[in-house]
Amino acid sequence: MNKEIIRTVELSKIYKVGEIEVPALKSVNLTINESEFVAIMGASGSGKSTLMNLLGCLDEPTDGEYFLDGVNTSKLIKNEYASIRNQKIGFVFQGFNLLSRTTALENVELPLMYDRSERIKDHHKRAIEALERVGLTDRMHHIPSQLSGGQQQRVAIARALVNNPSIILADEPTGNLDSVTSVEVFCLFQQLNAEGITIVMVTHERDFAMFAKRIIEMRDGKKVKDMMIKESMNAQHELERILNESIVYED
Amino acid sequence: MKARVILKAAIKSILKSRMRSLLTALGIIIGVAAVVVMVAIGDGAQLTVEEQIASLGSNLIIITPGTSSTGGVRGGMGTFNRFTLDDVEKIKNEATLIKGVSPLVRSGGQIIGGTGNWFTQIQGVSEDYLEIRSWGLQSGEFFTERDITAKAKVCVLGSEVVENLFPDEDPIGQQVRIRNVPFKVIGVLKSKGQTAVGESNDDIILAPSKTVLDRLSGGRFISSIQVSAASSDKNSAAQAELKSIMRESHRLEEGEDDDFTIKDQSDIAEAATETSRVLTYLLASVAGVSLIVGGIGIMNIMLVSVTERTREIGIRLSVGARASDILVQFLTEAVVLSLSGGIIGVLFSILVTYLINNYTDQVAYIKPQIVAIAFIFAGAIGIFFGFYPAKKAAALNPIDALRYE
Repeated sequence: MNKEIIRTVELSKIYKVGEIEVPALKSVNLTINESEFVAIMGASGSGKSTLMNLLGCLDEPTDGEYFLDGVNTSKLIKNEYASIRNQKIGFVFQGFNLLSRTTALENVELPLMYDRSERIKDHHKRAIEALERVGLTDRMHHIPSQLSGGQQQRVAIARALVNNPSIILADEPTGNLDSVTSVEVFCLFQQLNAEGITIVMVTHERDFAMFAKRIIEMRDGKKVKDMMIKESMNAQHELERILNESIVYED
Repeated sequence: MKARVILKAAIKSILKSRMRSLLTALGIIIGVAAVVVMVAIGDGAQLTVEEQIASLGSNLIIITPGTSSTGGVRGGMGTFNRFTLDDVEKIKNEATLIKGVSPLVRSGGQIIGGTGNWFTQIQGVSEDYLEIRSWGLQSGEFFTERDITAKAKVCVLGSEVVENLFPDEDPIGQQVRIRNVPFKVIGVLKSKGQTAVGESNDDIILAPSKTVLDRLSGGRFISSIQVSAASSDKNSAAQAELKSIMRESHRLEEGEDDDFTIKDQSDIAEAATETSRVLTYLLASVAGVSLIVGGIGIMNIMLVSVTERTREIGIRLSVGARASDILVQFLTEAVVLSLSGGIIGVLFSILVTYLINNYTDQVAYIKPQIVAIAFIFAGAIGIFFGFYPAKKAAALNPIDALRYE
């Protein structure tokens, strides 16, 4: 049995819009173990992004408890929250969220700058290694506007990897990308997962969810389905298939 | 985070938007430059005034006739004139703490000579007078003790008199007639400008005291006695000495009031210095206002910057920056911006002062402590006006900041 990374107990989130209370997440119980690759699915408003923000410690739950890598996060103060984000979580956003007018390398170094534990001495070397893992060593001195969407998302993934987090959380990582580039990103995720990195991602496309090993479906703030995929799709094969198709089409 | 990293990040961020940073710093640049230049001009003016007062003859002591008291009724200043050349002679022989003494016999009248005529004042003085007043000759020579004893009809003209009577020719050797008495011009005074009370020092004719007494003013009384103390620190000792000599000369009994007044230039000097000091304060406070306006400019831009960079703040928070990291980042940016504005402002003010000193009549003088004060003030303004925007940035919630479009 693999080590438990995420466990939520009756996790709830209620947004207050003026006088009206909007429940976004209702008592979600969830356990995710090490080396899992989980896809969270659901329509918009199903609470999947809210769940993601709570898992990523970007937001605090209204009720319930959340254990991340054995730490009860509901008992933490603000600065400890920041440290958790810094050391245990790598977050990949739909909109990449890279610093503009800042090189890929500097973007990847950013989390190291805020690392107070100083467990990593050579920021530069470490950031280059992370960029190597996502295959972007030749573009590391480019700024985001000089990179394609897929390349920007790779930089963002490298940034998520650089602090050696317990888990990578990706919120619709391919939402802004075309299908070929999306599959390329999933190739990368599968590759990282094969290396033992735990990945939780949100997507609303069932095709993409099939690249994961487990699918959790959300509806109206509740977990309605949680299933293992017996045989997940191989992104590498899928990529080759699409590329061959397009060559045929061009002929 | 280490200070070096923070500083590097702040500088990088400032350089990322050069135009905006320059415009922001411009307020501080102008403010600091204005303060330094204004104070420099004020200090320069003070220096000039002090020099001018020194050139008046800082050791100058003037003895004027005092009030008379007849049967308990006291007249005003100078109501009873008892000064004669004997007083001057006695001072000259007995005083030890003085460099020179001269009577001053005032007269005035229409001068005819050269191209026309001119009304001016004639002062009868001794050969020491030029030294007492620290005046200089532009050309020719001054009269000597012999001229005085001989009651020679020679005179020295002030530059304004020369301008009016001899605009195109050399007055030396010419003859002028003062109230129909012919005088030979033997010298011309250097231009002196105005006195502290505003009359011209150049519209004047100097002649030997005895000649003026005999030929022009008539009688034997002189207007005042002008003495220069041996040095400025002996000023008060010299005054005490003069007092006793004068009392003796006027045969005043013990307990009797002085019938003369002894004055030096220190009160005039104080007043003039005070005036220029007030001027400096005024200029500095006007410039200080512009520095504060510059600070508000920084706050303005930093506030806009916080809104504009909300996403950046969100990104930083999401990768683990603490609120204090964001606070320090924005505060550092504000301080770096205002300090570099301060440096540029000081350099700019040095340039302006250089131009003032070399291309205008005005004198400007930068005191090092003013530079230090302006610089510290610029930094303080950065902290003061940068704090609110920085606090605002640090208070953002990561998820709200990230969602901000």
